[in-house]
Order: sequence, then structure tokens, then C-alpha cells
Amino acid sequence: MNATMFSALAPILILSLTAIVLMIQASIKRDQSLAWVITAVGFVLTLCGAYYARDFTQSVTILLQVDHWSLFFTSLIMIASLVTLVLSRDTFSPEGERKEEYYLLLVLSVLGAVVLIQSSHMVSLLLGMELMGVALYAMIAFPERGQLPLEAAIKYLVLSACASAMLLYGFALIYAATGELSYAGIGAKGALAYIENPMLIMAGSAMVLAGIGFKLSVAPFHMWTPDVYQGAPTPVTGFLATVSKGAVFVALSRFYIDGGLDQYSGLNTALVVLAIASMLVGNWLALRQENIKRLLAYSSIAHFGYLLVVLIALTYVDAGLVSQSITFYLTAYMVTTLAAFTVVSTVAGEDTAKQDISAFEGLFWHRPLEASALTVAMLSLAGIPLTAGFMAKFFVITLGIQSGLWGLLAALVVGSAVAIYYYLRVIYAMSKSTESTGESANRLEKLLALVLLASILVLGSWPQPFIAYAGGL
Amino acid sequence: MVMINLIVILLVGGLLAILSERISDTMPRKVAMGVVLVDLLYLLVCLSGMPDITQLQAPVANDPSSWLMHFKADWIPAFGISIELALDGISLLMVLLTLVLGAIAISASWTDIVVRKGFFEANLLWSLAGVLGVFMSLDLMLFFLFWEVMLIPMYFMIAIWGHENRGYAAMKFFIFTQASGLLMLVSILALVAVNHGATGTWTFSYFDLLNTEMAEQTAHWIMLGFFIAFVVKLPGFPFHTWLPDAHTQAPTAGSVILAGILLKTGAYGLIRFAVPLFPEAALNFSYSAMWLGAAGVVYGAVLAFGQTDFKRLIAYSSVSHMGFVLLGIYAWNELALQGAVMQMVAHGFSTAALFMIAGSLQERLHTRDMREMSGLWQQMPRMGAVAMFFVVASLGLPGLGNFVAEFLVLLGLFQVNVWITVIAATGLITGAAYSLLLMQRSFQGEVNKKWADYGLADFGPREMLTMGVMMIALILLGIYPQPVLDAAQPVLQSLLELTATPALASAEAMQ
Repeated sequence: MNATMFSALAPILILSLTAIVLMIQASIKRDQSLAWVITAVGFVLTLCGAYYARDFTQSVTILLQVDHWSLFFTSLIMIASLVTLVLSRDTFSPEGERKEEYYLLLVLSVLGAVVLIQSSHMVSLLLGMELMGVALYAMIAFPERGQLPLEAAIKYLVLSACASAMLLYGFALIYAATGELSYAGIGAKGALAYIENPMLIMAGSAMVLAGIGFKLSVAPFHMWTPDVYQGAPTPVTGFLATVSKGAVFVALSRFYIDGGLDQYSGLNTALVVLAIASMLVGNWLALRQENIKRLLAYSSIAHFGYLLVVLIALTYVDAGLVSQSITFYLTAYMVTTLAAFTVVSTVAGEDTAKQDISAFEGLFWHRPLEASALTVAMLSLAGIPLTAGFMAKFFVITLGIQSGLWGLLAALVVGSAVAIYYYLRVIYAMSKSTESTGESANRLEKLLALVLLASILVLGSWPQPFIAYAGGL
Repeated sequence: MVMINLIVILLVGGLLAILSERISDTMPRKVAMGVVLVDLLYLLVCLSGMPDITQLQAPVANDPSSWLMHFKADWIPAFGISIELALDGISLLMVLLTLVLGAIAISASWTDIVVRKGFFEANLLWSLAGVLGVFMSLDLMLFFLFWEVMLIPMYFMIAIWGHENRGYAAMKFFIFTQASGLLMLVSILALVAVNHGATGTWTFSYFDLLNTEMAEQTAHWIMLGFFIAFVVKLPGFPFHTWLPDAHTQAPTAGSVILAGILLKTGAYGLIRFAVPLFPEAALNFSYSAMWLGAAGVVYGAVLAFGQTDFKRLIAYSSVSHMGFVLLGIYAWNELALQGAVMQMVAHGFSTAALFMIAGSLQERLHTRDMREMSGLWQQMPRMGAVAMFFVVASLGLPGLGNFVAEFLVLLGLFQVNVWITVIAATGLITGAAYSLLLMQRSFQGEVNKKWADYGLADFGPREMLTMGVMMIALILLGIYPQPVLDAAQPVLQSLLELTATPALASAEAMQ
């Protein structure tokens, strides 16, 4: 370790420091607002740290790979975490005595996500995923009253444990075949090992894929998603949908690209099946949902199905275009999903009855800003032009066509056409006339909704600067 | 820049309409009307500086400088996407039609809309802006963007201010057009990818993509994607099922825009993109397309005959009339194409007027059921006379615009295929049947006692003025169609030349 390595690790170090400060603060004086401020400052400093670390990109030991791509996602995740933090303040203030722990858990979970993003080795992958996951179980179950959060947390815990076990077993098999644990090493020796012992590599990578598939909730590993989305406190659901899933996908694509997994056609076929199943199952099951959080859960299943198309295209097009597309898609998806959860959190809060689509009726007329933000978010998820989601879909379709993946494209078109129905249902409900008048959100949340709304539109209508930036990462 | 301004004026006008609701309740409609008229005036003033369109050299389709107006600026250079707008004779006709019918639609919304007037007029202006974009864009990505975006305000117009079954109709409308739009997006990207593979550059410009060389099979599938997207919007048989619901449930102004303008974007897309980009594939497909057109003419007419809902009848008659447009386009000779363009303009006016009459009836009677109407002429003679005029226009009475259009289409089609012409021509007879039935059931016959003491108000000056504009337009189109034909002629000429590659010429000779 030398000094530049510490500079490269700035985001991780600052986050760890924030966690320590929070623990010390809790032992001296228990104060929820102070904990909130410390966390916010820590996140902002981490953001600066990610900016600072850009001049020191390198491999830090064999565990972590700090490069521009991972630093970009680190920053993106910090922004998403800041949004979660803003939403958490109102959600958790009426809770019982234990409040500061929530912020500690949040910081630890974010730390896990950052490690996951920068991982270049199976050990760091597992460490990051577990750190993120374990903190998340507690965050999901954090509200003391009510059964739904507890049920969701247990479900997530048990299934995640299964997934981790599969992941570990897969790692072991791959290690047995190649004798390597780092992505680059697997990439270098994989081809040879595959000739000697194809079953070991195939079974190993298939189990890794299944383990990661659980975290990404691609079909058929999606069973937990709707219940956990619905049961978790809304800010935590938003966090799970953006930070957790985004980080896992980045780790998966790194593993896939650096480990050279695209050379195994059997694995590619498995991915194609997962992608098509996710697109169809996600969109199909979303049709009859009444609870908006469940609806967003199914919608996210479909979206990770679309995103898998990009990974599959890796066999046919160059890796630069693939990582550029992943960057754009994940950014668009995160911004859009955050906008949706911001509105759901401010309008519906933790009241299950208020999370029904019918409870959003007339939102346009008594809370126009929130309704516009949710409308634009829905249009973006549906992939209507001028929104970020459209440009994201544009990347996916372009890559699909260049790679000649017609079956996947057909599933994408069918899935998207079905999806319009349930996204429109939300918009239609909001445009209905009702007499009721709603209470107003606080100023910070309003500002947040406005900023996210603007980002979706800017990313969609003037994407050139961001495309150029993403291409240069 | 003129073209950008035309769109921006409408977009900003929409915002003004929303804001003006704070001044007074009746302000939004005035603002909207003002904005559209200013837009129209602006276009006419700018045109007066241009060379006379009939004197213009035939614009060479792959040389942008020969177009009436052309504008290009970078948008997403990473993929060769630019903001490229251009205007030629056909676009100009469509833009003028859009703005005139836009003003008429606002007039139709004058008393029809009672809640959230500002937002309604804003949606109306924004959908007009989207339509203008569709008619002027020559970058395929930009075209697609306007194509999709113009639907969102339309969706809101149906979903918020529509009639009893509005939710269902709005949803069906949006899903049909979006799903077909996705198909078009895939086709556009496939075309661009083929071009990228051949030339190594990303471009979405119409001029660069013309004459893209590709395998016959590839061209066929990509062309089919475009075809379906456009025919859903047209709408052609068997993709028309969204139309009766959307048109019937939309508020009057929405129906006027839907029938008068939005349907024409489908026809425009076929003429501008689906055929010229894939001349050979389109030629091979033309036979099937013409049968679909003929089927639409007959099927639409038969279904129109069986309707009892005033608006639904007009909606099905649109399916029948748009069948002629499809026939005219795929006959692909000058006469038939002229007829198709003429039909787009004439049908725009006649159907818009009929929908306005339907709207006025609904406003007064609170029903669209023709079984409850009878002898309305006696109580509302002005409305009856006006309705008579547009009904006979719609059935193709010689001397009015629709006759010229359908006659030209049939004349051109006759040179291509006699049997299809014969079948399509029966549409004129069935057209007369359902049109006169409409008139008979609602305005003639015995006075229904239910309305005797209802105090039905006849058309007032505003309505008569609006109707008068459309009547004059139809009469002019009927007795002196030359200006429209002249405007379209050079464009059609160059498109025909463009698609007449040697291979095609020999194929035609063999037929």
C-alpha cells in the first residue's frame, strides 16, 4: 500500500469514517437530527472523495479496481443515497427510541455497495454483497410496528442467504477449475480450463449467475421482490431498487466482462432465457397490481431483463459500447426510479391504503408538482421519447440490432407494449377529478422531486453531453 | 429557423393558455385561438418571401437545398442524430391543414369544455406542435420523437375531457399507437444499423438513408415495420379497431384533431418514408397493401351502415375514406398519389365538420344515439343545412373536394389493377347509403316529441363562421383543385423518379 492507493480509496475510507463517527455519536448523545446531519455530511464528502480519487485510478491490491467507471457509479450511488436520506427523515422521525441506528445501517449498506462496485475479485464481491445485504435486512425491518416490514425482512434474509450460498458454491467450483479468484485471472485461464473441464466452469458460473440473479430479481429468481418492495419502508424500497440493484449489476457486468464469460455460449443462452423471462414475467404480472410499490417491483424485474440484453450483446459488439450503454441505462433507471419513489414516499408515506393506485386519484389537481414528477417517471419507465428511459431503451435496441438478437428484441417490444398499460393506469388515476385536497410535502422533498424531474427530461432531450461522458469512462 | 419558430410558438402558447386561466375563465380559448392564428399568419408571411411554389423546380429528394425550407443542427452527434426539418409542397399542405384545423378545433372547444380549460387548450396546442414536427422532420429519430410525443397531449384530451367510456378509449388509443411506434423504432434502428454497416457512419438523416442498399429480405422486414406503424395510425384494415372508440369518446375538439390531422400523419409517413426508403420492397408489397385498402373501404362502409351512434358512424366512415388513401399511395402513380393527397386535405375538412356537428348535437341533446334524434332540421334549420352539405361532401358529390380525391384515386388505380378498382368503387355507393342514412335518421323524418319543448338552439354566428370556412374550402377544392395539385406535383414527381430505379422499371414493364 502506498499513499496514492489511500487516495484512490478515498470514498471507501470516508464512508468507513462516517460509520465510526456515527457510532461514537450514539454513545455520547443520542440525537436523531444530529445523526442525520453527520450522515449527510459524510455522503457529500464521499461524493467529493470520488471526485478526488479520479486522479489516482489504479488497482488497489487484487481486491479492488478503482477506475473512472467505478468512480462514476460510486458517485451515482452516493447521489441515490442522499435522496434516500432526505426521504428517510420524515419517514423515521415518528418511530420509537431507536432512530440513529437506521443511519448507521444506511452508511454501512452504502459502504457495501461501493465495495461491490469496485470489486475485481470474488472475495471483495462477496464481502461487498454481504455487507450491503446484512445492513439492508435490518433497514427493511426497522419500523417497530406492523407485520409487513418484518415479513419482508425475513423473506429477504432467507432468500438472500440461499443466494449467497449458491454464489459461494459457484465461486468454489470456478476456483476448482481455474485456480483463480480474481476476474482477470479467471478471464486468462478460463478458456483453457473450459477445454479440460467444461462442466465445472459451466456449473460454477451458472450458480454465480443464479446467486446474482436473486439480488437483481430477474425471473425466475424474482419471487421475493413484490413482497419486499411492499413491506419495506418506502425510502428503503427506493434504496433497494436503485443502490442495491445498481451496484450488483455493475459487479455482475465487471465479472462478466473481465472474466471473459461471454465466450461460453451455454452461459449466454442462460442469460437470454433469464432476460426474456424477466421481460415477459415482469410486465405481465405488473398488469393486475393495485399497490404502486408492487407495481414498481414488477417493473424493475422487466427493466433488468432489458438491461441483460446489453450484457448478452457483449459477444457481438465491443466492450466500450457495452459499458457505455450500461452506464446510460443504469443512470436513467436510477434517476427515474428515485423520482418515482420520492413521489410515492411523499404522497403515500408508509400507509398501505394510500399506496393503492386508486389513492393517487386527482393528484394532478391538488399536488401538480408531485403528479408531474410521477407522470414523467412513468413515461420514462415506459420509454416514451424526451425522457431518459427512452434513450436508455434506444441503447438497448441499437445493441440488440447490431448483435442480431431478434428474439430478445421481439420480447422487448411485446414487453414494452404490455407495460404501457400499467404505467398509464397510474397516470390515468392521477388525472381523474376528485374533490379531495392533499397535504403538502416539505420544501426539501419538493425540491428533490423537481430536480429529479428535470434530470429525467434533460437526460432524455439533450443526452449528447452525458453520452460523450459515458463513452469516455 | 422559421420551422422551429412555428413549433416553439405553439409550445409557448400552451404555457400561456395555462397561465391565462388565472386572468379569467374564458381567457385560455382566446389565447389559444390567437396563438394558432399568429402561427398561421407567421407561416404565410414567411412564405410570401419565397418563390412561388408552382414555379419551384421539382425538389430533388436527395438534395436538401432544393427544398422550400431546410434547417439542420446537431442534436446527438454521437449517433448522427440531428434536428433536421424541411418543407416541401406536401409538407406545406399538411402544415397549412394542421393550423387551419387547429383553429377550427379551438372553435369547437369554445363552449364544449367546461373544466380545466387552460390545461385543455394547452394540450390541444401541444399536440398541434407535435403534428407540425411530424410533418416537417426529416431526421428519422426526430420524426419518431414527434410521432410519439404528439400522442401524450391527445391521450390527456381523451382521458380527462372525454365522454362516458373515456378511460378505456384513451388506453386503447395509446397502447395501439405506442406498440406500433415501438415497431417503427426497431425498424428505424435496423435501417440505420444496415446503413452503418455499409458506410461506417451513424446517421438518421432521410437524405443519407435513401438508397441504402440492403438484401431483399431485410428490406422487406424493415419496410413492414414502418408499414404497420403507419397503417395503425391511418388506420387501415385490420388495425383500425382503436379508432371508433377513440373518436367516439374524445371531446369534439379532440375528434376534430384526431380525424382531421392525426390520421394524416400515417398517410404522410407512407408517402414520405415507407415507400421511398424501400422502393423495391414496397413495390413487391403493393398488391397486398392495395387489397388491405380495398378491404378497408368496403369494411368501413359496411360497419358505418350498422351504427346507431352518430360519432361512431363518422368514425367508421373515416376507415372507409382512409382506405382510398392507402389505395392511392400503393398504386404509386401520379394520378393516384394526387388523389391520395387531395383525399387527405378534403377528408380533413369534411370529417372535422361532421364531428363538430356531432359535438353540437351532443351538447344540446346530451346523446349521440341517432334513434333518439328525428326531424331535428325543423328545430335547427341552419345546422340541418350545414350537415346536409358535409354529408353530401363526404359521400363524394361532384363539385366538392372529396369527389375530386376519390375520382383521382380510382382513375390512377385503374391503370394498375382493374379488379381492386371495381371493389373500391363500390365504396362510393355504400358511402352514399350510410351518409344519407345519417342525415335521414337525425335531421329528417318526424319531429321527435322529446325535443319539441327542449328549446334547442340553432347554430350561432361563431359556429356558422367555422362551418363557413370549411364549406368554402371544400367548394374551392372541388371546383378549382389546381393549387393543391400544383403544390404536390413537383414532390410526387421527384418521389416517382427516385423510386423508379432500373430494376423497378423492368419489373413494371413485365407487368
